[in-house]
Amino acid sequence: MGRPLIHRSPMPGLGLSMGITLTMLSIVVLLPIGALFMQGASYGPGNIWATVNRERVWAALLLSFRLSLLAALFNLVFGVLLAWVLVRYRFPGRRVMDAAVDLPFALPTAVAGIALTALYAPNGAFGALAAEIGWRIAYTQWGILIALVFVGLPFVTRTVQPVVEEIEREVEEASATLGASRIYTLRHVVLPMLMPAALTGFALALARAVGEYGSVIFIAGNIPLVTEIAPLLIVIQLEEFNHDAAAAIGIAMLLISFAMLLAINLIQVWSRRRIGDV
Amino acid sequence: MSDTTLYPAARFRAATQETPLTRRILIAIAVGGLGILVAAPLVVVFAEALASGWAAAVNSLSNRDARSAIRLTLLIAAIVVPLNAAFGIAAAWFVTKFDFRGKAFLITLIDLPFSVSPVVAGLCIVLMFGANSLVGGWLVAQGMPIVFALPGIVLATLFVTFPFVARELIPVMIEQGRAEEEAALTLGASGWRVFLTVTLPNIRWALLYGVLLCKARAMGEFGAVAVVSGKIRGQTATMPITIEMLYNEYLSVAAFSMAALLTLLAVVTLLLRGALELRHADQLAARPHR
Repeated sequence: MGRPLIHRSPMPGLGLSMGITLTMLSIVVLLPIGALFMQGASYGPGNIWATVNRERVWAALLLSFRLSLLAALFNLVFGVLLAWVLVRYRFPGRRVMDAAVDLPFALPTAVAGIALTALYAPNGAFGALAAEIGWRIAYTQWGILIALVFVGLPFVTRTVQPVVEEIEREVEEASATLGASRIYTLRHVVLPMLMPAALTGFALALARAVGEYGSVIFIAGNIPLVTEIAPLLIVIQLEEFNHDAAAAIGIAMLLISFAMLLAINLIQVWSRRRIGDV
Repeated sequence: MSDTTLYPAARFRAATQETPLTRRILIAIAVGGLGILVAAPLVVVFAEALASGWAAAVNSLSNRDARSAIRLTLLIAAIVVPLNAAFGIAAAWFVTKFDFRGKAFLITLIDLPFSVSPVVAGLCIVLMFGANSLVGGWLVAQGMPIVFALPGIVLATLFVTFPFVARELIPVMIEQGRAEEEAALTLGASGWRVFLTVTLPNIRWALLYGVLLCKARAMGEFGAVAVVSGKIRGQTATMPITIEMLYNEYLSVAAFSMAALLTLLAVVTLLLRGALELRHADQLAARPHR
């Protein structure tokens, strides 16, 4: 490749901006992540596998990924519905709702955690209702699921909203004039246009849920094998100053989430190609 | 928006609308869902904080440990936000004003902290700067411990908030292009003058927006800080960490009072954001983000 590494430019500040960017990126992000993998390397792949390949760790990893997937799926459906309602319909309180969608981004996770626990604990407002029909929510996997739905709520709505705004009514009109019912139009014309953005939001919600800690640990009950999430295992290992085991689980989590993001990216590329970029 | 949507109960229904019944059902699901998922937890925070009255709530916030936690959280935000803003501006300038190989890769690296669990972020800081590590051991020997001290909390918070400002600025600066800066340069302005008088006024609202998001996250971060702070009362316990400690000691009113403070902050952040979006939408990066 004959292309120069950096094109000559009359713009000032190349050295300064590049220096600050690369220095801070290295100190804050790259070197610490490198330290994680160094620790893993010195511990050795065999030992990492031995650490991860234990019933308690598998259970936690499976639980984290399974519930994150369920929460992200719920948010995919509810988020698309919410985006549609917020953009297309006019009703009192719409603006407040639009702002409220972002609350899970702005609210500290520990606050969300204790608030959700207070709500869904057997003596809480919703928890007591559920208890009447014999349904326990807090301190079970249901509680974890609700916390993960909460933290992932805004992602799909926020990625889909601008796409709904840009849909040209003419397309829907064309579909209607050709005899399509409203349901058919929504299903076969509108929904495919929203899909790539919705999948992006889904991936973001999933990534967030897998790593979530603060909002989950209060409501989870944290019973090994049953309601213990993967990030908590790392915290437990660190509290015992077992850095090797913590690094092993951390590396496993990083690799699995990267693999998942990669898979979702591939699905997205495929869906864009299939229905065209919108 | 076509004007037909203004008349929800009109007898005439356009072919591009759902039936009034469908529409009502969808609105009801949206309102109900948000009410249960978002509004209810918000109400509970304040209800629990005021469960024993105002005096108890205010009282629980005025003891020494609570005040120290509030001070620490403000201090962390005061260190992290300017650093993050400086990084965001530098990164956005570097990425948008110059052409170089590997730009997409660099942007991916800047976004990386969003896909890393906060707990893993904290773990990385511990492994890099902990007393057992090469760098950390040396720093401890110099009398400058990082982990279980303020610098560690700052580094962990920087990690999780890293992309916030850069991500807001980069799209805005790409859209604005380089022509205005180039014109100022040909007229003989110095680099700093170009930045301060040409670029900064164009990006100020996007910058404020990013700073707002960064500040909210910096003050509320829990997972990453929990790993590096060591949770020493009165020293390294931030507001979210204090909430956890109080809650685990069954001091519900105190825990929820501190939570209510952070909730107020979140609500104010959202209101400011809403105002910014309403008044300066043209100068902000188009949603979505994160």
